[in-house]
Amino acid sequence: MIELVIAERCTGCNACVEVCPTNVLELVAGDVPRIARQADCQTCFMCELYCRGDAIYVAPDCESPTVVDRDAILTSGLLGEFRRDHGWDEWATDPRYTNEHWRMESVFLRARDMAISEAVAKRRDGN
Amino acid sequence: MSRSPEETLELTADVLVIGGGLAATWAASAARRAGASVILVDKGHCGTSGVTATAGPGHWWVPPDPAELRETTIRNRLKSGFGLNDPEWMARVLALTWESLPTLEGFYDFSTDENGVKQYRALRGPEYMRALRKLVDSLGVTVLDHSPALELLQRADGSVSGARGIRRQAGGHWQVNAGAVVMATGGTSFLSRLLGSHTNTGDGYLMAAEAGAELSGMEFTTYYTVAPVRSTMTRSMSYAFATYYDEDGAVIPMPPGPDTTRPLARAMLKGHVFCDLARTPEDIRGRVPTISPNFMLPFRRWGIDPYKDRFEVTLHGEGTIRGIGGLRIVGEDCVTSVPGLYAAGDTATRELVAGAISGGGNINSAWAVSSGQWAGRGAARFAAENPAASGARPIGQAGLRPATVPSDVDLGAARSAIQGEMLPYDKNIFRSGHALKRSAETLDAAWAEFDARARGVGDALLRTRETAAMLATARWCVASALARDESRGMHQREDRPQTDPRFDRRILVGGLDKVWTRSDYGRALELAS
Repeated sequence: MIELVIAERCTGCNACVEVCPTNVLELVAGDVPRIARQADCQTCFMCELYCRGDAIYVAPDCESPTVVDRDAILTSGLLGEFRRDHGWDEWATDPRYTNEHWRMESVFLRARDMAISEAVAKRRDGN
Repeated sequence: MSRSPEETLELTADVLVIGGGLAATWAASAARRAGASVILVDKGHCGTSGVTATAGPGHWWVPPDPAELRETTIRNRLKSGFGLNDPEWMARVLALTWESLPTLEGFYDFSTDENGVKQYRALRGPEYMRALRKLVDSLGVTVLDHSPALELLQRADGSVSGARGIRRQAGGHWQVNAGAVVMATGGTSFLSRLLGSHTNTGDGYLMAAEAGAELSGMEFTTYYTVAPVRSTMTRSMSYAFATYYDEDGAVIPMPPGPDTTRPLARAMLKGHVFCDLARTPEDIRGRVPTISPNFMLPFRRWGIDPYKDRFEVTLHGEGTIRGIGGLRIVGEDCVTSVPGLYAAGDTATRELVAGAISGGGNINSAWAVSSGQWAGRGAARFAAENPAASGARPIGQAGLRPATVPSDVDLGAARSAIQGEMLPYDKNIFRSGHALKRSAETLDAAWAEFDARARGVGDALLRTRETAAMLATARWCVASALARDESRGMHQREDRPQTDPRFDRRILVGGLDKVWTRSDYGRALELAS
């Protein structure tokens, strides 16, 4: 569930309020968006992806809120990691974060081939 | 809220698309390209809502040349679909998907492989839905975000002519008077915590059924996806390399092939199940973050190295999402059994292409792309002859207009009752007639109470209506599972382990006060028998 909107990183664009599919955040005039309905958070991380200020932290626990250490999160390197790995915005031209999703099918094929050769090896060893 | 709760934004369009995910956006684009004015309403935000945005579908993708490729693909799928699918629909889906994805050039940044060949087949979820949002915006579709539909509007002749709903952020209500409606609200996972599915509560099934629509294939709801416990991360690719362990650390044997649900569920009924991904080749580990960037998020944040550490896993139910059933389609334009109402994506039955086993990501996404466009064009055609007009009747019942005196209904308890019948592995994966009958009784009683008394108001309005939709859907699922008195594809009855030729047919279901089922032989099924 979403745990933090960090004020000193928030640009005030309110993109998170707009893109959250379950309407968890609420716009606050002149202030950072408020986590108004945390229990409705579906832990989809979309708010983080759309946050250009890397100001949002979503904890992976989808069942209950997590106690988080704000200062530790700030220095953890976790903020903005998702947006970076997606190669969005300022990362768009960085070759390390090229979209390689198209390789998914070949990964499944590798797994299948590995399983087949392991099964063959097992049968050989068994005989 | 900037508006009074009583205020209604009233709009008119040729076509109203309800939903904002994969099928909905393809539907809106097709209707617009057919010359219709289009309004799209999404419960959340069109571009991030739904199960595509958090995943990444590789579509069913077979080149047209040589022709044998598609013929073989269709023949094989007909076999694995246990004869409930239709070769003509499969051919249409393969053809339209192949033509459609390249048209997203300029909206989606397609990758090229090592040989410089452009890769159209698999699109990453957030970028895909962002592209489709840009597409519908560029075509002049009017999009209302955070505007869930609550009920349909019906003309005196029974045809559907729009919908009403609420504006969660702007405040007040909306009403769209339309010539025709495309229902593309997705399937439902019964809020199982499947990634991205929290807005998918089966609303479209209920709204359509209130207009008289039938459903088909609702017994096929036994697909589950593995995830680390307490997380939503149902991204399956890396689990192709998984090793599973029981509580004593013994390896749980898995059959070869991708179908691990049943052995995992059996193990989970006995105790906790753990997993590591140590078999993953090094080069693939390095690429996981740029293939599926969300997959590693829970591990990184919990300090788990999944390639080394064992972590506990669970199975999240997919309900009708990677299940198969949905609104019955009666025409090539994806019209439902109600005139003016079209269905697309997971809101529609996918038996036509998938048959009795899950279409998985590939077939389901190809179906969403195709059925969306057929539904959009069909709706545009219907609207050209049946223009929008005001004065249609809103027809929502359960949760909106209770049959008796409204009183407080415990939504949490209702939801637990639904989940208690639809998600447990022992009831839903390993089915038996006896347990299904008990589920039907429990759900019928819950429905009777809910239908009689529940009336959502204020902040609880949407949740009340969502609960009604899941409750209705659960009843159709259980009734269909009882009616299919055999085992076939993903529907496995412990008390009826054989596939029975008497059930070489689809099962239709519907009804609200009283749920009914009947057989549908269908054209292709007649030909086959």
